Amino acid sequence: MTFRELTIAKPADLLFGVAPKPLTTRRGMTLGGGLVYPELNFTLPPMFVDATTMPEVRRNYQQIITGAMQRAVELEAPGVVVEFETLPPMTENPEWGIELTRILLDGMEDAHAKHGLKSVLRITPNDTREMERPPRMRSGKLYEAMLQTFDGCAAAGAELLSIESVGGKEIHDEALMMGDIRGVIFALCVLGVRDMRFLWTELNRIAIKRGVYCAGDTACAFGNTAMVLAEQKMIPRVFAAVVRAVTAVRTLVGYECGAVGPGKDCGYENPILKAITGFPMAMEGKTSACAHLSPLGNIAAATCDTWSNESVQNIKLLGGMAPTCYMEQLIYDCRLMNQALADGRDHALLYRKWLVNSDAGLDPQAYVLTPENVIVIAQAIVSAPTPLAGGKAAALAAIGLLCDGQKDGRLKIHPREMPWLDRMRKTVEAIPANETEFISEMMAVVDTTKFTAGDYDL
Amino acid sequence: MINLQELHDAILKGNAKAAKTVTEQALAEGHEPLKLVQEYMMPAMDEVGRRFECNEYFVPELLLAARAMKAALELLRPLLAARGNQPVGRVAIGTVKGDLHDIGKNLVASMLEGGGYEVIDLGVNVTAEQFIAAIKDKNVNIVAMSALLTTTMPSMKATIDALKLAGVRDQVKVIIGGAPITEKFAQEIGADGFSESAAGAVAAAKKVMA
Repeated sequence: MTFRELTIAKPADLLFGVAPKPLTTRRGMTLGGGLVYPELNFTLPPMFVDATTMPEVRRNYQQIITGAMQRAVELEAPGVVVEFETLPPMTENPEWGIELTRILLDGMEDAHAKHGLKSVLRITPNDTREMERPPRMRSGKLYEAMLQTFDGCAAAGAELLSIESVGGKEIHDEALMMGDIRGVIFALCVLGVRDMRFLWTELNRIAIKRGVYCAGDTACAFGNTAMVLAEQKMIPRVFAAVVRAVTAVRTLVGYECGAVGPGKDCGYENPILKAITGFPMAMEGKTSACAHLSPLGNIAAATCDTWSNESVQNIKLLGGMAPTCYMEQLIYDCRLMNQALADGRDHALLYRKWLVNSDAGLDPQAYVLTPENVIVIAQAIVSAPTPLAGGKAAALAAIGLLCDGQKDGRLKIHPREMPWLDRMRKTVEAIPANETEFISEMMAVVDTTKFTAGDYDL
Repeated sequence: MINLQELHDAILKGNAKAAKTVTEQALAEGHEPLKLVQEYMMPAMDEVGRRFECNEYFVPELLLAARAMKAALELLRPLLAARGNQPVGRVAIGTVKGDLHDIGKNLVASMLEGGGYEVIDLGVNVTAEQFIAAIKDKNVNIVAMSALLTTTMPSMKATIDALKLAGVRDQVKVIIGGAPITEKFAQEIGADGFSESAAGAVAAAKKVMA
């Protein structure tokens, strides 16, 4: 599938809870069909995961799902998305990941049988390909085990397949640290795009075979790494904002290869993908502070179809076990959004306005994600003939938006960051339009020992 | 006559080419390598560190400065070694077993190099055995471990315990860091030092070696 025009072309149509192409799950939850659903994500407390600790691991996941579903029942949630993000040992040993998937599904089934609570499971195996350096992206034990985990978990009943894939990260990390937008575009729009196409073609085969959905990928290892570095004042926020815009080019490939949403929660670029594809999207914001801080706490909810907490450890807080506490927080946030939807479009748009305006002027990364600016960036991407052209167009669109916003007083940019905008613009404009020429230039300067060129068809 | 302040400024501005050129000229004019390091290069990196701590410099500027420092040091190292001058310390650095995050680790490695340390980067997913091998084979005196996941923090203790079992614990100082790491955790597992940030790693290394 190729997206040559926007599915959502008007900013006012980019709204939480509503997607032009909603997805209905086996239990009858329609994601993007007029309600926002909570999406709970969790992980273990500090502990090793190996054969000797598996009894404790099982006990943890049992406790997580029982407590969280109980709270969802008590708060009368209309439905719940549960995301199981595996830890590397669970992906390297597929039988562990599959067994834990079954434990979660049993807990979800129990809540449905006793209380009618609808739910759906998203399985997100680690991209364990990167555990070898340089990574082997298309073959090898790690890759095979990862696919086995997907297949087995889907067969067990996980309906939504996701991953935070890392193709291109070998070069992107260095590009971030050096403030190198050329390296960023090479990593995302040449390397990343190629790996996404390979990987999501394989995942789509599994989804078709098992009668489940490819949900979507995220440029977490790229855009969120940039965001966290910016939050720690290590790189400019304007740089992270431009990186965010470019990440959408890479994430889009998953949908071109058959993914149908909901896009994965940590893809803060998801509003751009929603505008392009019309598929429902998960988002995370303030309720993901348990996992990482961000300048996007409110605005992230503006266009979400499921609302997530990213990841919380199974530890005891004063209110109860942390996953249970976060289930409550997510449900309350969703209630508010759903009440706004129930009161009518104007009320929903007003609430969206508050979510957007409370963040947009304070950080460039929020500014590029306003509905109006999302449409501009998304249009730039679909109007481009190639992923490389799309990356350049997204970057230049973001830079232009940031400059205009600062000039008009709608966005605060720290003076020491301002020179970066012009520097990035000149660098991006100088990138050759011809991909072969760009690849040749970049292969002469990147550290080619860090990745396997053949795995990227180079 | 070369103005040696140009060496300081080249490093401060992250100009590796200029740093190398000025160093070559300085050596040609007979300036002592140790003087260049101690009076111009280290002060430049100290200023870079200060500007980073004060949010005047971002990491890219810091890394460009470290690269410029490294470019100059590459010319000086053989001369320093010939005169019996040792690096400030020799560090084996890695992200611990089970953990693949390496941005912080890479930044610390660059900063330690800029601070005059010789760095052996073991990469990610590093086993205790790999750290032990580095101590035995590369004669390191500092082991620097990074972890970004709460589920891989236990690998730090496991590594320190393995160093003890291998009889090499007393040969090294161990410093640790990473987002979930705290000073309390460092003390609990028997590390010698801890840094809250990549920028503080050089100071942490100096402190444990004092």
